[in-house]
Amino acid sequence: MEYLRGLTEIFRHPGSSASRNLKQKFGFGFLIVTALITVVPIFAIFLYILIKGLPAISWTFLTAFPTDGVKQGGILPAIIGTFYLTIGTAIFSVPLGIGAAIYLSEYASDNRWTRMIRLAIINLAGIPSVVYGLFGLGIFVIFLRFGTSILAGSLTLAIMTLPVIISTAEEALRAVPQAFRVVSISVGATRWQTVRRIVLPQSLPGILTGVILGLERAAGETAPILFTAASFFLPRLPSSPLSPTMALPYHLFVISTQVPGMPVKIQYGTALVLIIFVLGMNLIATIIRSRARAHRQW
Amino acid sequence: MIKIHVEHLNLQYSDGKESLRDINLDVLANQITVVFGPAGGGKSSLLRVFNRLNDLADVKLISGRVVMDDVDILEPKIDVTALRRKVGMVFARPVVLPMNIRSNLTYALELAGEKRESVLDEAVERSLTQAALWDEVKDRLNEPAVSLSGGQQQRLCLARSLVLQPEVILLDEPTSGLDPISTGKVEATLHELKERYTIILVPHSVQQAARVADFAAFFLQGELIEQGSGKELFINPKDKRTEDYIMGRFG
Repeated sequence: MEYLRGLTEIFRHPGSSASRNLKQKFGFGFLIVTALITVVPIFAIFLYILIKGLPAISWTFLTAFPTDGVKQGGILPAIIGTFYLTIGTAIFSVPLGIGAAIYLSEYASDNRWTRMIRLAIINLAGIPSVVYGLFGLGIFVIFLRFGTSILAGSLTLAIMTLPVIISTAEEALRAVPQAFRVVSISVGATRWQTVRRIVLPQSLPGILTGVILGLERAAGETAPILFTAASFFLPRLPSSPLSPTMALPYHLFVISTQVPGMPVKIQYGTALVLIIFVLGMNLIATIIRSRARAHRQW
Repeated sequence: MIKIHVEHLNLQYSDGKESLRDINLDVLANQITVVFGPAGGGKSSLLRVFNRLNDLADVKLISGRVVMDDVDILEPKIDVTALRRKVGMVFARPVVLPMNIRSNLTYALELAGEKRESVLDEAVERSLTQAALWDEVKDRLNEPAVSLSGGQQQRLCLARSLVLQPEVILLDEPTSGLDPISTGKVEATLHELKERYTIILVPHSVQQAARVADFAAFFLQGELIEQGSGKELFINPKDKRTEDYIMGRFG
């Protein structure tokens, strides 16, 4: 606060040129430091987990089942499970989310009804993930009788992911210049032809980025699958969408808190696999985005 | 021949901005009709009545009759797609679609269901020739349209409005962003095009209005103040306001 007041003083009463330059340098330096501080945690976390987890990574670790009460062996079923859950989440949330975004951006006018939908989406994004878990348990597991299953977990994660996908997709759609739509309509295109042939192709990279970011969040969540999909240990891979599954975040939670005498390197190895899974998706999103930006014609 | 007959046209937008009040105007075929006046006079709004582009805007009220080929195009149930294929439009800022040059032209035809390559090729060459652009781009049809210069882009937009062989072409300040040479090319093109089309132009200056107008209509704050043949109106305006605007006393 004191600093900010000083800064406004500088702008209000610029002193001599020398002192102004000094203050400018000081202010600039301060901003650089704040920027640096924000990148420290991400590198620290990644490095820490990398150093502690790397010794655990081996072919067996990635391709074998856990043994000896999950204290030995690999984490294959958790990797596969997280993969299935991510795919399942995508199946439900991607069409629904993109459809809703197209409606909001291209068709809906600004009225009480659409304002309500937007408000709902914003609030949906604010709900704690454990509440989604409980909701999924009540609706999908018990009421719809899906049981603890990939299906129930995917649906729960999909609902949680929807607001991310809808809002990023809508943003991507809105970023397409309005003039393209007007031109397209003026040469006799319908609204849908305009969406399908101009707006969607142009916004696809942005939409994909949003989808991946949403799915990435879903892949790393523990609470929503806690009651809906995840199992502590399963002797075989899930055989159908109605089977329960192991999953990386939940497995990590279990081996970090519930198993006495758990080797630390396996905990960090699991964390490392999870973080690489998620960062890998992030990397794909970044590549898509930068490639699209390079090719964009507006 | 009267191509478009406008009778007691009133238009108001919900935001209360620009509007049209009791417009009566006959647009003749094979002429350049110039709609001019200071900003906010309703010129663009009028153009957007003729291809129903106002459907995209928040229109509070529209009344009167706008008859084109015996059809009142204000009727809600007319086929607007067919209307827009018959009435091409060029906008102030050249907006090329994010595709290559050729696709910018074939887009409208493909929407209309045309798939034959020979027909598409023929239409591309014809429309580019009409827009005086063919020689400059015939060897680079597959390059992105944005790689063209501003003047070329605007002529591409003109070609795009011609590709469907419309009957009417609306031009909303088509040369506002262009250099004098490109402007000259576009104006020369318009002169040739009026043999076959009905052209309605919002000029970007009074000088341009006087240069190209066969018939001119002066709009001021939503009202049609004066109309008459180009020669008449620019040399011998009847209304004081028209005269003041042409002389540059306001605007």
